Amino acid sequence: MIKIWSMKKNEEAAAKKKPKTSAAQIRVQKDLTELDLPPTMTTVFPDPADLLNFSLTITPDEGMYQGGAFVFSFVINSNYPHEPPKVKCTQTIYHPNVDLEGNVCLNILREDWKPVLNLNSVMVGLQYLFLEPNADDPLNKEAAEELRKNREQFLYNVKQSMRGGYVKGVQYAKVNV
Amino acid sequence: MATPDVARVNGSSHRTDWHDRYYHVDQVLDRPGPRTDPSFMAGAGVKEFLRTQCKILVIGAGGLGCEILANLALSGFKDIHVIDMDTIDISNLNRQFLFRPKDVGKPKALVAAEYIMKRVPGVTVTPYFGKIQDKDDDYYMQFNLVICGLDSVEARRWINATLVNLVDPENPESLKPLIDGGTEGFKGQARVILPTVTSCYECSLDMLNKPTAFPICTIANTPRLPEHCIEWASVLEWPRVQGEKKMDTDDPEHIQWLYNIASARAKEFKIEGVTWQLTQGVVKNIIPAIASTNAIIAASCCNEAFKIATSSAAYLNNYFMLIGTDGVYSYTFEHEKRDDCPVCGGESLEVSVPRSWTVERLIEMLVEKQDIQIKKPSLSSGAKHIYFQAPKQLEEATRPNLEKPLVDLVPDGGDITVTASSLPFSLSLRVTYV
Ligand SMILES: [Zn+2]
Repeated sequence: MIKIWSMKKNEEAAAKKKPKTSAAQIRVQKDLTELDLPPTMTTVFPDPADLLNFSLTITPDEGMYQGGAFVFSFVINSNYPHEPPKVKCTQTIYHPNVDLEGNVCLNILREDWKPVLNLNSVMVGLQYLFLEPNADDPLNKEAAEELRKNREQFLYNVKQSMRGGYVKGVQYAKVNV
Repeated sequence: MATPDVARVNGSSHRTDWHDRYYHVDQVLDRPGPRTDPSFMAGAGVKEFLRTQCKILVIGAGGLGCEILANLALSGFKDIHVIDMDTIDISNLNRQFLFRPKDVGKPKALVAAEYIMKRVPGVTVTPYFGKIQDKDDDYYMQFNLVICGLDSVEARRWINATLVNLVDPENPESLKPLIDGGTEGFKGQARVILPTVTSCYECSLDMLNKPTAFPICTIANTPRLPEHCIEWASVLEWPRVQGEKKMDTDDPEHIQWLYNIASARAKEFKIEGVTWQLTQGVVKNIIPAIASTNAIIAASCCNEAFKIATSSAAYLNNYFMLIGTDGVYSYTFEHEKRDDCPVCGGESLEVSVPRSWTVERLIEMLVEKQDIQIKKPSLSSGAKHIYFQAPKQLEEATRPNLEKPLVDLVPDGGDITVTASSLPFSLSLRVTYV
């Protein structure tokens, strides 16, 4: 066998074994404890011992969705950060980039995810959807249509939906706080 | 190869080594070359090591694994172990040449081991049908070398972290070279990882091709490809219709359901090409495997194993890339170890503290101590959270620990993982009490 041992630098040889904590686990600890969120975003852990399942509440303080509290569930698997966190909106909301099942169209959650991104980037990205809903990447096509064609009507629909009202036959969750 | 006079298949491995069995391999092992390592023991010594002592572990008995096992056996490794958790599927038979139609449904590891032993006298292949995660450190400690021919990133990350963690500064034997092969169509790579010495698998995680993911709004609104229809079925329709029921990509009924939904969607949008096989391929993220690419990569992995086991020639340092998609290119480079690698990077410190110290006192020490000076450290030990600076709820949940004696939370000789934004990644502390 080759003699690898001598290639180890002295200071490294002095290093002790590392704890048996998975890279994904440490990375989630790092991401969460270094979160730098504005007051408009809060995380909630149903089980504080479980870092891999939690929710994020976004309460926009400006824009069309001001006054609402929007809740997203986060599920992180053991292949993080190779794989992105799985994020869904837990309420039925009227938003061009969120469908009625809670799927979210945010590029960094799927096609543009990279391991250098982190939970903070995802959360900031989600908040941005409420400040600047995007009619070009629709998941709720009717909402996107409306936003593109008639901004006034769209705004009215948003307010209506946030009160728990109906828009075009669909009842939305009451998110006003 | 020289023709054997008599093949004696009974008794020790020595006795099966008929005259000139390894005539060609021995040309390399019998005398040093101008650039062989000074530690190379040409002749009997190295042959003895390779053929009677060296124990090698092969992870994966699929496309790469079959090739690797055959190559190792034919180049003189005699004590080979193989782990694989899969059973043989009919679709494997086009390239996994150790398997026959009668083997469909049987564990790959068992059938592969049996085949090699029958075909190459004197070689012992010990199979394990199960997951690599089933085995503990003692198991991995018995090998001199590990070769991986896997298609899963997760399994690779696991074995890489396990071998890095295995390195014990007081025991040179604990450092197990890891040779990792991977292919994707006409592309492939082979690399040599010397845990804690060279860059590890985790160091290069961001270089990986990630699985193709389509924008969810494309899938929902403007499908153009058969893959879009399949993803629509698996990403959007499955959770909507099946609710909490978990999709099992190994269950043919689940694939059938997805196939039906995807086909209907394809018809609606006049898209052609949704097949059962493509559906399975997309949801299981099956990367097209080409037998000849597997052969190239497996061969380079085995050459490296041979060179490392015998010191007969310089080994790969440390990353070989094969790009056969646009002509044939290969590129060999030294991938650098990353300081902020969560597995092999970061620092590791021994701290000796009084038994009376509280968690808070330890944190003060980490913040104040000249050579450490960590701003706002968060601490955990295994799955236990000791103190988290944020988010608020977790800070509040762990705050009562600040006043507790450290010894109540971390045993003597236990490890603490420290993260902080001022650290490249993390710092591990081994705590002893005085
Ligand atoms: Zn590394």
